Amino acid sequence: MIKKIYLHIFLIVSGFITLAPFIWMISASFMGDGHASVYPPRFLPDVFTLEQYHHLFLRLNVARNFFNSLFLAVTVTLISLFFNSMAGYAFAKYRFRGKNQIFNLLLSSMIIPAQVTMLPLFLMLKSIGFINTYFAIIIPGLANIFGIFLIRQYALSIPDSLIEAARIDGASDFMIYRTIILPLCLPILITLAIFTFMGTWNDFLWPLIALTDDSMYTLPVALANLMGEHTKDPELMMAGSVITIIPVLVVFLALQKYYIKGIMMSGVKG
Amino acid sequence: MRTRISTAYFFLAPALTAIFLFFFIPVIAAFLISFTDFDIYSLGNFSNARFIGLRNYLNLFQDPLFWQALKNTFYFVIVAGPLSIAVSLGAAMLLNSRLVKFKGIFRLTYFIPVVTTLVAVAIVWRFIYHPRFGILNYMLGFIGINPIDWLGNPDWAMPAIILMAVWKNFGYNMIIFIAGLQNIPEYLYEAAVVEGANAWQKFKNITIPMLAPTTLFVSIITMIGFFQLFAEPYVMTQGGPLNRTLSIVQYMYQEGFRWWNMGYSAAIAFILFFIIFLGTLIQFRVQKSSEI
Repeated sequence: MIKKIYLHIFLIVSGFITLAPFIWMISASFMGDGHASVYPPRFLPDVFTLEQYHHLFLRLNVARNFFNSLFLAVTVTLISLFFNSMAGYAFAKYRFRGKNQIFNLLLSSMIIPAQVTMLPLFLMLKSIGFINTYFAIIIPGLANIFGIFLIRQYALSIPDSLIEAARIDGASDFMIYRTIILPLCLPILITLAIFTFMGTWNDFLWPLIALTDDSMYTLPVALANLMGEHTKDPELMMAGSVITIIPVLVVFLALQKYYIKGIMMSGVKG
Repeated sequence: MRTRISTAYFFLAPALTAIFLFFFIPVIAAFLISFTDFDIYSLGNFSNARFIGLRNYLNLFQDPLFWQALKNTFYFVIVAGPLSIAVSLGAAMLLNSRLVKFKGIFRLTYFIPVVTTLVAVAIVWRFIYHPRFGILNYMLGFIGINPIDWLGNPDWAMPAIILMAVWKNFGYNMIIFIAGLQNIPEYLYEAAVVEGANAWQKFKNITIPMLAPTTLFVSIITMIGFFQLFAEPYVMTQGGPLNRTLSIVQYMYQEGFRWWNMGYSAAIAFILFFIIFLGTLIQFRVQKSSEI
């Protein structure tokens, strides 16, 4: 019994330490200028104010960056979900020449770090005038190998008899994909959608390279850029961090079941 | 049957075309560029780049800044990797214990740093590490530790980044370990208890061997991710103080996109790839040899 209490105290303290940076972030974001730069540090605002958020939205035009992040994350998620699910389905349920070779080539190339592709990708997109446009982020995100892999693993468990039955009823291949495969794959599609959304939202290095204008920056790039000028303004920077983190946190909390299951799946299968 | 084949390609075409054009072609192009002197003059006209053989690679081996970046990145991977895996395993075992109530809430709490935006979190930690006003030094003051200039002291900057990285990432591997632990059949532990095994013996002789495939997977993805260290030093230290937190990817970014030495930068990217490839190979080997 004593052991049980100690264990829970330990878990609660660890949980508090894990969340402490976020608690301080939220608290400091509601402080006035300079109020977070005091000793001893304040854990709660002495005077609650929204002035940092006003500053961000009214003077620094963060709404634009927020929109960029949201638009890009949603667009990349929708397109890549469509492309990946078609390819994953084909790898799971069709027989064609070179299938295993192509699939193995894709799997083994997952070890190549994305940074390798960034220089040529930049030159390619620059030569067609896509640098500093939304296309610069959307194009490399059109499809991804991990997504194809995840959907293939899931689609393998769909019984062939279902597909055959639909085919006998005269359904076209695309109809089968749309009316049978997609609905049955819904859980894994949600999982992949969260992965992609968060991956795009949180991404930093590529947007830093491919977007060159304040008004085109996504939130992480805008934030890192802002940090350069506001190293002495923790309150403002914390408000920026809150705006950046809250949307992914909301998506995660709403759909955490799918997210956690996806990680477990990739781990056990791998 | 022939129609089947063409429909398969119809489903594959969009994704495979995109991956071919925007992943495989760039990889090959980067490889070729790494053997040229592609620089700012070639940016306007690609034909200004000349083939220079292995010179970029040879120059890298004589570049002290590159060695520094290599050393820093290895320091980070070798310390933060095992440390975060150990914390993940510890947390997973605690949460897998039958004594624990409200497992879901604890699991969720420990997992939250994983999903949050790295850049935002790095900014938060930059202020937490503030030598005068930061909450970390304030807390440490209670147990008698004098203020540390976390990000300003060359010897403390990398440990500070490691601490943050462990905090940010342990929840991910924790989830994978929980799944692995749940797959270990209960009767193994029951049999061990009958044989009179203590907790440590159970951990050493059942948990560790049964988790071996999970641990291999976790080690590989953690290593691959950690070798790509970039945002933390970029936001928190800009690679300083005295270049002690400059990472390989950061050096690649600076050379390629700040100074436009793209040939040189491509060579750095390929060395990173080679290191990750070698690291993965070694981990598979170690795993194989420990199975015997």
